[in-house]
Amino acid sequence: MPVIADEANEITLENLWNTPEGHRVLSCMQCGMCAGTCPYGDVMEYPPRRIIGMLKAGELDAVLRSQSLLSCVTCYACMNKCPRGIRLTEVLLPLVKEQTFMQLTELPAELQKALENTDRYGNPLGESPRKRADWVKTSKVPVRILPADRKPTDVLWFVECYTAYHPRGQDNCRATARLFHALGVDFAILGHEEKCAGECARLAGETGLYEKLTDYTMKLFGKYRFRRLVTSGAHAYDTFIHQYKPRGLSQEVDHTVTFFARHLDQLKPKLKKKLSYTVTYHDPCALSRHNGLYEEPRQLLAAIPGVRLVEMEHHRENSICCGGGGGGMWLDTYYKMKGYERLSERRIKEALATGADVLAVACPYEVSRFEDALKTVGGDKKMIVRDVVELLAESLEE
Amino acid sequence: MTSPLWILAETWRGQITETTLELLALGREVADQLRVPLEAVLFADKSLATSLGVADHVLCAAGVEPTPEAVAAALAQLVKERQPQAVLVPWTNLSMDAGALAAAKLNAPFVNGSKDLKADAGRLVAQCLVYGGKLEAAVAATVTPVLFGVLPGTRSADAGRSEKTPAITEVAVAVPETKVKFQRFLEPETGDVDITQQDVLVAVGRGIQQQDNLELAEGLAKLLGGAVCGSRPVIDQGWLPLSRQVGKSGMSVKPKLYLMLGVSGAPEHIEGMKNAQLIVAINTDAAAPIFNVAHYGINADLFEVVPVLTEKLQAAKGG
Amino acid sequence: MNLLVLLKMVPDIVEELEVAPDGKSLDTSFLRTIINERDDHALEQALLLKERHGGTVTVLALDAPDIDDTLFAALAKGADRAVKITDAPEGMTTQTAARLCSQVIAGLPPADLILTGVQALDDLDGLSAAVIAQQLGFPYIGVVTAVTVNGSTATVLKEFAGGVRGEFAVTLPAVLGVQAAEKPPRYVPVAKVRAAMKSSKIETVPAPAEVAAAQIEVRQLAKPVVSSHAEMLEGSPEEIADKLVQLLAQRGLL
Repeated sequence: MPVIADEANEITLENLWNTPEGHRVLSCMQCGMCAGTCPYGDVMEYPPRRIIGMLKAGELDAVLRSQSLLSCVTCYACMNKCPRGIRLTEVLLPLVKEQTFMQLTELPAELQKALENTDRYGNPLGESPRKRADWVKTSKVPVRILPADRKPTDVLWFVECYTAYHPRGQDNCRATARLFHALGVDFAILGHEEKCAGECARLAGETGLYEKLTDYTMKLFGKYRFRRLVTSGAHAYDTFIHQYKPRGLSQEVDHTVTFFARHLDQLKPKLKKKLSYTVTYHDPCALSRHNGLYEEPRQLLAAIPGVRLVEMEHHRENSICCGGGGGGMWLDTYYKMKGYERLSERRIKEALATGADVLAVACPYEVSRFEDALKTVGGDKKMIVRDVVELLAESLEE
Repeated sequence: MTSPLWILAETWRGQITETTLELLALGREVADQLRVPLEAVLFADKSLATSLGVADHVLCAAGVEPTPEAVAAALAQLVKERQPQAVLVPWTNLSMDAGALAAAKLNAPFVNGSKDLKADAGRLVAQCLVYGGKLEAAVAATVTPVLFGVLPGTRSADAGRSEKTPAITEVAVAVPETKVKFQRFLEPETGDVDITQQDVLVAVGRGIQQQDNLELAEGLAKLLGGAVCGSRPVIDQGWLPLSRQVGKSGMSVKPKLYLMLGVSGAPEHIEGMKNAQLIVAINTDAAAPIFNVAHYGINADLFEVVPVLTEKLQAAKGG
Repeated sequence: MNLLVLLKMVPDIVEELEVAPDGKSLDTSFLRTIINERDDHALEQALLLKERHGGTVTVLALDAPDIDDTLFAALAKGADRAVKITDAPEGMTTQTAARLCSQVIAGLPPADLILTGVQALDDLDGLSAAVIAQQLGFPYIGVVTAVTVNGSTATVLKEFAGGVRGEFAVTLPAVLGVQAAEKPPRYVPVAKVRAAMKSSKIETVPAPAEVAAAQIEVRQLAKPVVSSHAEMLEGSPEEIADKLVQLLAQRGLL
């Protein structure tokens, strides 16, 4: 069951001790499960355990100045394991990340660029907003763009930035459109009016930018009539559930994976082409650990004829983050300078160890991160990376 | 108008610059179109005036400090005295401020960044690159005298050379004490690669996105036996040292191969590499100005192409 | 020290630029503007000087679409005062705008150093900093990439070709045309800009009545006329790479 973090939005570092969550934090028994499970736990100067210790001792400033929280990829692993149920990644860590961010005198260059681009162009890649729906021209099926055709729609498909602009993301778009079409879904996109949902900016500590984006998107949603919001972005899904709903988003929210899983009875007969792949699935933090969506993607993959599923050593709740969250998508150079191993490389080695041909993913960041990692570790002849929707569309009858 | 056309000659470390010769070539063409004399203004020792033979006449004044203040004051004074119809000023770091300041003193227009100039019904019309080279404006002045900032590369320097010796007049300029004093030059750090001597250069621009990705360029450069260089934004970020900068404020290079990754092609960069023998550009923006300069263009994502290219080069080299 | 920074907005070239039907100006329907990059560096340099020497930074700009956001961002970064010149006429050139700004500057508290970008990508006539210097009777130098201040003298580095820099001593007060600040322009969190919008005000000053006439005319604005265009290599990354390797082999570059 997803936890709706409405209480979280009211908590600050100042009032923390007066809240139920603050009491939970105080109950920390310093067991170290958080540091032990953190993918960067061996290099993080202040893992959650130490942050709580410093906070209690009134020495949070030292934590903020250390920039330790720039290494937090907000993967929900620590929160998932905490025996006290402290909502680390939902409450404490974003608060500390925000303060770390605010008092940084210099931002790592790519992170600065990504945030400036998101603010200015509505996407971290710095592409013109007017080109956000250019991929539609290459779609094999019709895609309705709301600003041009404002009739109500059943499904509002929130495409997200990497999906819309990145060449591999556009593969995902075309696949998703075909699947919607095959199921006879009434869907439409926001086109150039769509801006980043902003969750990664929020989790990097840029809460002001996030507020600005949320205000904009809530107003935008108010302009159109739709019954269900379906997004290709795992972080977008996460934020729509946990941040937008408390702010008044009343429509149902789906990720493409949950949407297609719900329509599996209708979809399965259309998956006619046999794909003889051995597939291993990477559980994305935002969907799986934070929202409990372990079965749905696996059901979809199992429904594809010819697909054989194998699991990596760390899977489901124990899945290792690709390193893209919490600003990590734009901190590769920063991490490299600090001598950290790239999480995507660590993970891809696990994937290769399964002997699978295909690494299936469900978050737009993961495609480019894992394809890069495959090249770096020299595994790109042995394995390909595909989004779950790409595999479904590949199996779809013409 | 019968008043002469002038060019402002510039010297760098005791030599007449290539751009000066290019301006002479352009000036000669335009002066002939207008049927007026071409004169050069030289703030240096008159021994240097002999190489300005493409001009009919050289006005020479020594002892002008090499600061924009002093050059502007001297130039403005001469223009006021002798009333040329136009002055071509090199649009270089060396001369653009002096030109701008002189224009301000004269209350004259100073047309920026001209890549060509011609006479049209007795008026001079310049083709200027604007908006980073994405558009071009045809600009004329509504008054005279007018100053034109002329980009390097409008004509060949050879066309500005002549065996002839021009008539030389030494003129006196009274330059007041200025509040800007030249102290010394700071040379770029050596001990690094001299990119002007490389046969192959792999250039990176903003499109490389992260310092990390320089590896891609370095891999290519190594395979091709060359070095990595960059456009201004990459240097400004500190990802490459100044000694690797190509362009207006950096080096001018003429390698056999100039392979460009994610460089848009703003005029300031083009200046430094347009004479490369083979220019190949990779850029995701089909409208990037670089595709008007490159010999071969690839409208694709460098992050897709470079890894494959690297592999194939390795294979081709028998790796 | 009293530092004054002059900012302006220029067309954002990330967007496609179209020419208006008159064939001489930019189509403004989808035009977005952004702070002139060199002015952003000038602001950063001013903020660095304030951090080193104390004093105040005033930012000055002509009214334009989206200028308020830029001015509030400057305040959020650490500028002390933002002044906007209102009701200036349309169609000023760089020189006529600079002359107008100089009149306004003369009415502000005297600055020790005036910084602005050495050039902007929409400049057609002149360079602002030079005009302002001449109008105010201050010394000027451009293409500046470093500034240190010692009492009443500034030592600046000016960039030449080949990575060579020249060191110049400039007597204050002076005008500097900045090419690059010593560090890239700093980031300012959106929350700080929003806070500045609530807590600070942009002062306004009416433009002087008399404005110099433009001395240039644009006869045509168009996509560059090119005698050649690159031969494009098409296909998948594999196909492109093959073609390129072949080309290089042919040219003896392998």
